[in-house]
Amino acid sequence: MTATTHSSPIPAAPALAPAPRRRRDIHLGDQAFQLVLRLGALLVLALIAGIVGQLLGLSWPTIQKFGAKFLVGTDWDPVNDSFGALPFIWGTLVSSLLALLMACPVAIGASLFLNEIAHSKLAKPVAFLIEMLAAIPSVVYGLWGIFVLAPWLRTTVEPWLGARLGFLPLFQGAPFGVGMLCAGMVLAIMITPTIAAISREVFRAVPLSHREAALGLGATRWEMIYLSVLRSSMPGVVGAVILGLGRALGETMAVTMVIGNRPEIATSLFAPGQTMASVIANEYPEASGTLHISALASIGLSLFLVSIVINALARYFVWRLNRKQGGAR
Amino acid sequence: MSKRVLLVLTAFLATHFCQAAGSTLLNGAGATFPYPLYSKWFSEFQKVKPGVEINYQSIGSGAGIKQFLDKTIDFGASDAPMTDEQLAKAQPAALHIPTALGAVVVTYNLPGLSKPLQFSGDVLADIFLGKISKWDDARIAKDNAGVKLPAGLAIMVAHRSDGSGTTAVFTDYLSKVSADWKSKVGSGTAIKWPAGLGGKGNEGVTGLVKQTPGAIAYVELIYAEANKLPSALLKNRAGVYVAASPRTVTAAAQGSLKGMPKDFRVSITQAEGKDAYPISSFTYLLAYSKMEAGKGRAFKEFLAWALDKGQPLAEGLSYASLPKSMIGPIKAKVAQIQAE
Repeated sequence: MTATTHSSPIPAAPALAPAPRRRRDIHLGDQAFQLVLRLGALLVLALIAGIVGQLLGLSWPTIQKFGAKFLVGTDWDPVNDSFGALPFIWGTLVSSLLALLMACPVAIGASLFLNEIAHSKLAKPVAFLIEMLAAIPSVVYGLWGIFVLAPWLRTTVEPWLGARLGFLPLFQGAPFGVGMLCAGMVLAIMITPTIAAISREVFRAVPLSHREAALGLGATRWEMIYLSVLRSSMPGVVGAVILGLGRALGETMAVTMVIGNRPEIATSLFAPGQTMASVIANEYPEASGTLHISALASIGLSLFLVSIVINALARYFVWRLNRKQGGAR
Repeated sequence: MSKRVLLVLTAFLATHFCQAAGSTLLNGAGATFPYPLYSKWFSEFQKVKPGVEINYQSIGSGAGIKQFLDKTIDFGASDAPMTDEQLAKAQPAALHIPTALGAVVVTYNLPGLSKPLQFSGDVLADIFLGKISKWDDARIAKDNAGVKLPAGLAIMVAHRSDGSGTTAVFTDYLSKVSADWKSKVGSGTAIKWPAGLGGKGNEGVTGLVKQTPGAIAYVELIYAEANKLPSALLKNRAGVYVAASPRTVTAAAQGSLKGMPKDFRVSITQAEGKDAYPISSFTYLLAYSKMEAGKGRAFKEFLAWALDKGQPLAEGLSYASLPKSMIGPIKAKVAQIQAE
């Protein structure tokens, strides 16, 4: 998640030369500080190792019984002890991707507008309101999803989409209201403030001189925003999107309330689905069979793996982007 | 004067501490379904017996059994009895003490009905299997003579997505009334649903039902009563359509007395008797057969009180009370707890 820091255009503060008279003291302080930092970093590593160890231990019966088939199995039947994670992985990825598709243009557009175009009298309160969205508890989003968004989707949006775009497999089937589309929309609203707030900070860090230079060369306002602001802050924006994605992947309560909770791989966005986080929240408290509990732990482990893979992909993407930009300069 | 004051103060503190040491604290955890009843019982019992304080965490039956087996609590609570496998792990041995009865009702969203719908077991099972998918199906009509069912309206099944004792009782009933359900789906706190959407908790399911015309679902009787949800009459073993109420649920327990196992671990769905409501169940407190002297005595006193004075309180909260003829055998079971 530190993708923003190394590429951030904030100029590094000039190194302070230590005063020669108190050199010894500073050394001691430095060493203590370094030790504290190192301990902190090690603690994080130990924590992750602990989580992985615990999850592996709990998942062991499932790993023994199903092996890698667990990841591609589509059956989830606690009564007959048959477990497969694919519908949950699918549900998590699709709902998060939908959320990103809807949230990114809005969040990045809003922060560009607030930073580059809006008067500060408008920008400040609007930015504050957007950040307020992040403070709303997820159960409230979930309830709003059930009682406001889902009925609207069922009676208005989904029939409309079905009638006009019904030839696409994405928009076929009975409109239930709750389902993948509803979950994606609720998630989109939940991750918008995260992406918007961080992108705004990134855009703010672009030096004014870059904008002036672009305008001075005769760029229009749009060209200026594209050339000097958007392009140079792309890695930071990707970092913001990754943070939003992280929230979407792990979100439990709100998604559980609106996704329909059916472990199924459907092509239609109207169909219900189920995510990894929500099946754990749903079934863990009342799970009694050893294999059932173990399968839920394996879902946790899979969520961990999926998050790592997605983060790694995003890192790679940022790295490529940086290199390309470096080459272009 | 200061000496005298000090003396009085010391005496006061001494007696105060002795009292604190003399009070007993019992910790329990488990089922969420009987939580309102238990918290009422605990507070009423404390008025009778101020020295005993009982804490209860409503964390779910499954988690309650887990904590009971790990011995992190003094007693557990569960809607479903422990399995043989779990019982074998309990050390010291576990006793099931039935405390009250609950029921699961079938609720629906069909506008414009003048009286409650009626279902027989096999029709209900086929609806939840997805085999009957329209409200004007001939088999539903057969159970509801004289009721005008909406033509062509699709049935939307809603079920619990979280593991729940309510699901366990409901699917236990469906397994008894439908061979198809038993072989294809089975019963448990979490199952593989052949049809429909899942909502989290009673409130999530109710949300789905209220938002969707044509929806059908199952919820706890108490939840349905508190929220004024319509509930269907079900055809019981004797062939009578019965509405769920504390009276008909108690009748189901009454009808199951014959052949009741000694440890009370029994399903009372689809019970005998013409008044018996078919989706009823016990809820249990789980006790260790050996307890530490102070705690054991306090817990036994509480159980005796709950089986006696506590039962009318259950009715007030629309739980069904235990049949009178069961109180004796349950008290004998409580006497088996050794407080040493």
